Amino acid sequence: MSQLDTPVLELRNVTKTYSVKQGLFGKPKPLTAVNDVSIKLARGEVLGLVGESGCGKSTLAKILLGLEAPSSGQVLVDGQALGGQDRLALARRIQPIFQDPYSSLNPRKNIYDIIALPLRVHSIGNEVSRQKSVREILDIVGLPARVMNSYPSQMSGGQRQRVAIARALIMKPEIVICDEPTSALDVSVQSQILNLLNELRQEFGLTYLFISHNLAVIEHLATRVAVMYLGRIVEEASVESLFDAARHPYSDALLKSVLTPEPGLGIPDTHLGMTYPNPIAPPDGCHFHPRCPSAMDLCKSQRPTPLFDAAGRIECHLFSP
Amino acid sequence: MTLATSANSVDPLLQDIIGPTPGQQLRRRFFGHRGLMIGASVLGLLLVIAVLAPVVAPHDPYAQDLMARMKPPVFLGGTWENILGTDHLGRDYLSRLIYGARVSLLIGFVAALISGTIGTAMGVAAGYFGGRVDMVVTFLINVRLAMPVVLVALAVVAILGGSLQVVIGVLGLLLWDRFAVVMRASTLQVRGREYVAAAQAIGASTPRILLSEIMPNIMNNLIVVITLEMAHAILLEATLSFLGLGVQPPTPSWGLMVSEGKNMMLFEPWLVLIPGTVLFVVVLAINLMGDGLRDVTAPENRS
Repeated sequence: MSQLDTPVLELRNVTKTYSVKQGLFGKPKPLTAVNDVSIKLARGEVLGLVGESGCGKSTLAKILLGLEAPSSGQVLVDGQALGGQDRLALARRIQPIFQDPYSSLNPRKNIYDIIALPLRVHSIGNEVSRQKSVREILDIVGLPARVMNSYPSQMSGGQRQRVAIARALIMKPEIVICDEPTSALDVSVQSQILNLLNELRQEFGLTYLFISHNLAVIEHLATRVAVMYLGRIVEEASVESLFDAARHPYSDALLKSVLTPEPGLGIPDTHLGMTYPNPIAPPDGCHFHPRCPSAMDLCKSQRPTPLFDAAGRIECHLFSP
Repeated sequence: MTLATSANSVDPLLQDIIGPTPGQQLRRRFFGHRGLMIGASVLGLLLVIAVLAPVVAPHDPYAQDLMARMKPPVFLGGTWENILGTDHLGRDYLSRLIYGARVSLLIGFVAALISGTIGTAMGVAAGYFGGRVDMVVTFLINVRLAMPVVLVALAVVAILGGSLQVVIGVLGLLLWDRFAVVMRASTLQVRGREYVAAAQAIGASTPRILLSEIMPNIMNNLIVVITLEMAHAILLEATLSFLGLGVQPPTPSWGLMVSEGKNMMLFEPWLVLIPGTVLFVVVLAINLMGDGLRDVTAPENRS
C-alpha cells in the first residue's frame, strides 16, 4: 500500500531560472523557464505534458534527468530527494528517450556499442553477458540481432528510435522521460513506436512522463495530462475529463488547434492570436491574460491561485475558489 | 542465422539492404579523391626517403670538397656524380636535400603534435564546459592571435639560440591557435547533440563523454588542421633558417640552403630554385592532403 501512496516521481515547487545576457555589457536578466511546478507521478501511469514550444517542457525533462539542477524546489524519486542520490543510482531509475533519433545516436559507434554503453558505464556484467542483454533488448524492441554491427547512418528513423528505446530500457529503469519521441518520425512510423512504448510499459511496469505537443498522441497514450504555459502548469486533469471538457481557456485553445484530416475545414481558429509572450518579461497577473478570450480585469493584476478539486488542478480566475 | 527467419519477426523496414559500413564508405571516398591521393603519395614518398636518408643519399651531406664547388646539376650540364650539383662548399646538393627532408618533416610533425595537443585540449575544454573556461580560453586565443608569430619566434630564438629543439619548441608553442579555434567550434556543435545528453543521463563520466562521444566526432576536423599546421610549421622553419635564426649550419635544412644560395642567386639560380621548389612541392602536397581529407570526411558529403 505504501508503495502506491508514495509517488514514484514527484516535483515540489520546482523553479528553474536562467540568466540571459542582453548584449555585451547589458545586465543579465532572469528567465524563468520552469516556474513553481509541482507534479506527481504514480507508479505505472503515463503523465502527458503538453504546451507550445518554449513553455519549459524540455527544461523540465532535463531537471528530471539530473542534467540541470533546479534553482529552487525539490525533485523526489520514491520520496527521496534527487540531490541525495548519486548520478549513477539516478541513471538506473530514470532514463530518457529523446526527440530526434538522428541526433540521439552517436554516428561513430555501432548499435551494439550504443546500446551496451549503459552497461559499461555501470560495470554490469562482462562482454559475454552484455552481448546477451543487448540481443534480448533488441528482440524486445523489435530489431533483429544482426543490426548490432550496423551504424546509425544505415538505419531508418523508426529503427533508430527503437535503438534509442533499447538503450533507455537496457538497465530496466522505472521511469522513462519521453521528450517528444515521435515528433521527428514519419506519421506511418509514429504509431508503431507509440504502440511499442505502450506494450513496453505494460510489460515492464514503466512510468512515463510523456512530453509532446501532439494532442492526439497524448490522448492515445496518457492517463493524465498536465498543460504547461510559460513555465507554469495551468491545468492538470485525467485524459478523459481534459479532452471532454477542458476548463482552462488555454487547454481549450490547444484542443481547438488540433488539425483535422478533414479537408475544407481550414486551419482552426484558436482565438489565441499570434504572439507568444516574451518569457524574459512575462505579463503581469495571469501570464495568459493577453491571449485569453475570457480575460477579466482581475486577470491583469492578480495571479490566480491553483485550485485542487476532484477533477485535478486548475490555475485560472474563472475557477477561483 | 538466415535472412528469411529473422525477417519474419522483424520490422519490415529492416529489409532494406544493409549497405557498406562507414569504414568501407570512407575507404572508397578516400581512394576516389585525386588531390588527396596525389598529396598523400608525394608525402609518403618523401617520408620514405627521409627515413631511409643514409641509404638513399649518394654522398655524405656534410663532406666538403672545395675543389668541386658549385658544380651545376645534371640538367644544366653537370655530371652524374653530383646529380643536383654541389653548393658553395662542395657538398652534394641532392644528399643535403634528402637530409633536409628529415629536418623539415620532423619539425612539421613534432610542432603540429605539440600545438595540436595544446590547442585541442584548450578548444575541447572551452567548447564542452563553456562559461568561465570558455572565457579564459577565448581570451588566450585572442592574446595568441595578437602576437606576430615570426617576430616572436625570432625573438625567442635570438635569446635561446637557434637549434632544432628550440625551433620545434617555439613553433609547437606558437601554432596552437587554429587548433583551439576549430576544436572549440566543433565541440560546441557536437555537445548540443542529444547523444551527449543521453550519455550524461546514463551517468557516464565527463572524461568518458569527451573521449568516446565528443572526440570521435570532431576527429576529422582535427586531422585537417594537423595537416595544415604541419605545412605552416615547415614554412616557418624555412623562414627562420633563411633569416639565420633557425636550424644552424652545417645541419642541412631547406631554408638554410635557400639562404646560403641567395648570394649566388643571380649567377647560379638553381642553388635557390631547387630547395625552393622542393619546399613548394611538399607544402602543396600537405595542403592537397588536408583539403582532400576535409572533403572526404565532411558530413555533407555523406549520402
